[in-house]
Amino acid sequence: METPRERWIGRDAGPVVRPYAMTRGRTRPRGLVVDLVTILVTTGRTPGDRVWLSREQRRLLELCRRPSTPADLASETDLPFRVVQILLEDLHQYGLIEEVPQAAEPTDRPDPRILMRVLDELRRL
Amino acid sequence: MNFAASEQSASYPPASHRQDEDVPLHTLKVLVAGGFGVGKTTLVGAVSEIRPLRTEETLTDASVGVDDLGGVEGKSTTTVAMDFGRLTFSGGVRLYLFGTPGQERFWFMWDQIAYGAVGAIVLVDTRRLTTSFASIDFFEQREIPFVIAANQFDGARRYTAREIRDALDVDPDVPVMMCDVRSREVARGVLVALVEHALHTARQ
Repeated sequence: METPRERWIGRDAGPVVRPYAMTRGRTRPRGLVVDLVTILVTTGRTPGDRVWLSREQRRLLELCRRPSTPADLASETDLPFRVVQILLEDLHQYGLIEEVPQAAEPTDRPDPRILMRVLDELRRL
Repeated sequence: MNFAASEQSASYPPASHRQDEDVPLHTLKVLVAGGFGVGKTTLVGAVSEIRPLRTEETLTDASVGVDDLGGVEGKSTTTVAMDFGRLTFSGGVRLYLFGTPGQERFWFMWDQIAYGAVGAIVLVDTRRLTTSFASIDFFEQREIPFVIAANQFDGARRYTAREIRDALDVDPDVPVMMCDVRSREVARGVLVALVEHALHTARQ
């Protein structure tokens, strides 16, 4: 499969390729749903010969060599968050990136100990 | 490990990152809610390093050029810019601030931000209090801790926090602050109030 062709009509406009062309038409992720602040890192595995990665995915994979969050990755690559989310989900499915766990057990509330630390630091700012 | 020559099959070994201060280990989210022009960008910018972030491309005219984000209007008509800021603390702790407009059509984004979040700062414009009712309902229904920050605009009639609390009819334990979010000190105080409130709520 080929990368969708881009045309540039000016610096401000950016590449003229519909954002969801990069995700091959998908508008929502399957499987792993990455949060805005999930910490992701490369697994160190090599993409097999059968795995085709787009330029955007290769860039995201490169950036994930340092643990990073989808919000930071979207900001860095200037791609819409939802597009980044889908591309990352593919990379996860290929076994190329993984989530860095933040707590022993998954929870939908922040750890009070971390909140205490944040409070201390905010007060010192 | 396979060190193949082609770019496609290059391997990406994880860097040794645990010692690196600049690497996230614990990430927290704060949602900054409020209507267009209420001061979300100002608040996020006053307290954190602001960064560009775009989302979705289904929204057009209403989002572009109306919010107080200089430069966005000429950029794209198919994406919407979110206010996005980051505070980096020691020990790999990062606090992310996300500001999105307070209209119902943006609520899909609110749900994403609010999941697992510390809580929300609801920025209100005292001249248009009713526009905040829907956002307050949103957080109350989902039991997400929130604080009310009423931005004091020059030339607007002055109210007390008590008057704002009564008008918005929020629970007595919800912090209500009158503030000028242009001040870093004030913006920091709003964040402190939210984290304290979140801790207090968690203990209950």
